[in-house]
Amino acid sequence: MNDPIAGIGSGGRVTLAHGGGTAMRDLIERLFLASFHPQGFPVQEDQARFDLAALAGHGDRLAFTTDSFVVEPLEFAGGDIGKLAVCGTLNDLAVGGARPVALSAAFIIEEGLELETLRRIVTSMASQAAAAGVSIVTGDTKVVPRGACDRLFITTTGIGVIAEAHHVSIAAARPGDVILVNGPLGDHGAAILCARGDLALGVSIESDCAPLHDLAATLLAAVPQVRAMRDATRGGLAGVLTELAEASRVAVTIEEKALPLRPEVAGLCEILGLDPLYLANEGKLVAVVPQEAAEVALAALRAHPLGAGAAIIGRVADAGRAGDVTLLNRFGGHRAVTMPAGEQLPRIC
Amino acid sequence: MNGTLRFIDEFRDPALAENLFAEIAVTAARIAAGRDRPVTIMEVCGGHTHTIFRYALEARMPETIQFAHGPGCPVCVLPRGRVDDAIAIARHKEVIFTTFGDAMRVPGAQGSLIQARAAGADIRLVYSPLDALALAKANPDREVVFFALGFETTMPSTALTILRAARSNIKNFSLLCHHITIIPTLRALLEQPDFPVDGFIGPGHVAMVIGTRPFQFLPEEFGQPLVVSGFEPLDILQSLLMVLRQIETGKPQVENQYRRVVPEDGNKAAMAAVAEVYETRPECEWRGLGTIAESGVRLAPAWEVYDAEKRFDLTLHQAPDPEGCRCNDVLVGRIRPWDCAAFGTICTPENPLGALMVSSEGACAAYYQYQGMKRAG
Amino acid sequence: MCLGIPGRVSAVLDEANGLVEVEVSGVRRAVDAVCVADPDAPLSALIGTWVLVHVGFAMSRIDEAEAMNTLRLLAEIGELDAEVSAMQGMETRA
Repeated sequence: MNDPIAGIGSGGRVTLAHGGGTAMRDLIERLFLASFHPQGFPVQEDQARFDLAALAGHGDRLAFTTDSFVVEPLEFAGGDIGKLAVCGTLNDLAVGGARPVALSAAFIIEEGLELETLRRIVTSMASQAAAAGVSIVTGDTKVVPRGACDRLFITTTGIGVIAEAHHVSIAAARPGDVILVNGPLGDHGAAILCARGDLALGVSIESDCAPLHDLAATLLAAVPQVRAMRDATRGGLAGVLTELAEASRVAVTIEEKALPLRPEVAGLCEILGLDPLYLANEGKLVAVVPQEAAEVALAALRAHPLGAGAAIIGRVADAGRAGDVTLLNRFGGHRAVTMPAGEQLPRIC
Repeated sequence: MNGTLRFIDEFRDPALAENLFAEIAVTAARIAAGRDRPVTIMEVCGGHTHTIFRYALEARMPETIQFAHGPGCPVCVLPRGRVDDAIAIARHKEVIFTTFGDAMRVPGAQGSLIQARAAGADIRLVYSPLDALALAKANPDREVVFFALGFETTMPSTALTILRAARSNIKNFSLLCHHITIIPTLRALLEQPDFPVDGFIGPGHVAMVIGTRPFQFLPEEFGQPLVVSGFEPLDILQSLLMVLRQIETGKPQVENQYRRVVPEDGNKAAMAAVAEVYETRPECEWRGLGTIAESGVRLAPAWEVYDAEKRFDLTLHQAPDPEGCRCNDVLVGRIRPWDCAAFGTICTPENPLGALMVSSEGACAAYYQYQGMKRAG
Repeated sequence: MCLGIPGRVSAVLDEANGLVEVEVSGVRRAVDAVCVADPDAPLSALIGTWVLVHVGFAMSRIDEAEAMNTLRLLAEIGELDAEVSAMQGMETRA
């Protein structure tokens, strides 16, 4: 089989020449289009076109979301920037109760990026999208001079359709509701910290980067009255819960002993003085359901491959000040969980 | 959370903690009879402060006990001028400036290291001074400077790193040294008038290095009990109970709760490295406390070649503590954080005015972060 | 101040430079063992030993017997409490 990218670059790297002309056409046709091959979407147009009637058959609202992805290093245990970019946008659709339909992808590439690296990342995006049953239907590529970006930035945008029956909202949590998460916290943040290498820590923690749309659909099928869903990304569980408490104007309580955590992540947090509540995740769904549906919701999550480690971690308090998130520890004490302030830095003291 | 950490998890057992809470309450009640103010216990280690807040131990204390959170966080007491010095060095084109993460957000008069990094300085976080030395070895055309912060616990690590640099003949490495010592600082605290503290929870990891004897002056000269303590919640609760029992019997002494880690004599190899590489500074500046005699160290003349102050011909910056900051009163236990008008208003973790809001080990930041503004309201 | 974590020495990395590998709950890190090594024994004698690690340096060997002692003392406080409450219970009934 011919190597699709042979002869595209000079010295196996992206150069400024790929920013236009025949070199750019080669890159787009032989790498991006060859990988994404959007079926049913004519590639020569400047925009992807959708049949509205077909979309309307799946629901009554369109979900539309966008996110930019930067990560150092580009590839890490459990994923890469391409997988992040596809899963991140799929997840933003999924937590709104939407069935994802299509994605766009825009690339800002620093000159000098190895074509082989770009190919691995693009292939990873294609396989994630294919597995999710969505197409990457439109996109853009810019090449910028060295120093103008850090190797590769990707922006993905997604559309999806929300079925009539589903009305999940971050503002819909009510007193008595139960809060669940689909597995151990902080794996992505821990994996990235270790992958950067500057802390010289050896550990086999993989990023939890995963598409959550199927898990979310499974949960919605089992418990149609799900109140709220969010994927806990940057800012960790603490970020999601503080947003939930503020948006729903409720107080939220979680139990320290119920929080799922891998021993390696616990160890890393002890060494570096980090709080796992604030570590990033890329495949963690936080769901709020009415109390009477909690056990059904837990069983539905646990029956899914991405929810084997699911747990009930807390509830929306019957009383308390709106916006407060409280962690109950094993000692019967409680402390406030506040909105993350900036990046968590390792500490020695 | 469900980790399995040996020598840590055993000392986080909630059932055993309940027993301690009960015993502490009973003992405190006996002591409190006949007193007109709460028994005030000071911890002087940021690690202890962190544990007290993380496990919300204060909330389980009877009203007769009050914690005073002393000056035990080396980042909190880092003076503004010293941060400016660090930034001045980091701005040199050839410099890779390395630091523990804690120091990144500490505001100087000219901003913080995190802001200096955003403005283009090559500033990198490291876990260990060994990693800074490895960077120097890997970048022979750059000057690698390590910001040597911390108390007696951390001094051996930087001293041993200097000895290692000399042995490996690595020349593009130096320290910006702001190591400080807790013993003269404790003495300075105790000499303050109206010092309202009845006993101390002693810094376990400092004692691991210097041993327990240097703390003897507390009971002998000031009649203050001190219990050298570990860092897990059961350690702190047990130490607190031991302090209370000393107060009850009226026989103050130095006790060691943290025997699994702290030998009475400390660590001789570590002390030898410190003695070889460092000498006492005549005086040292502390954020929130002013200048304290002989409370810091610098590289001894034989090691000057590794001293960043000399290598970069640094004129030390002077920047007094900002106006409106009452950290000193909080540090010595005269007021609680929420009694300060700046707390949570012009002084927050994102924009710290005073030392104690700077790091999560600082009493003000800890109250702010873990209890929200509830105490203030 | 002074975050220190117990870890188990799992390997010798560099005998001449006093470096060992320490493991904390599955996380491994190169650690300077000069302060805890016996000058007359090879570093391999440390393997299996628990040490207290601060910023990449082993600063103390953890004394397992003392750790047990401390835990035993803690357990005894519990027993004492149980006796006290039992006695209080009897008084209330009486």
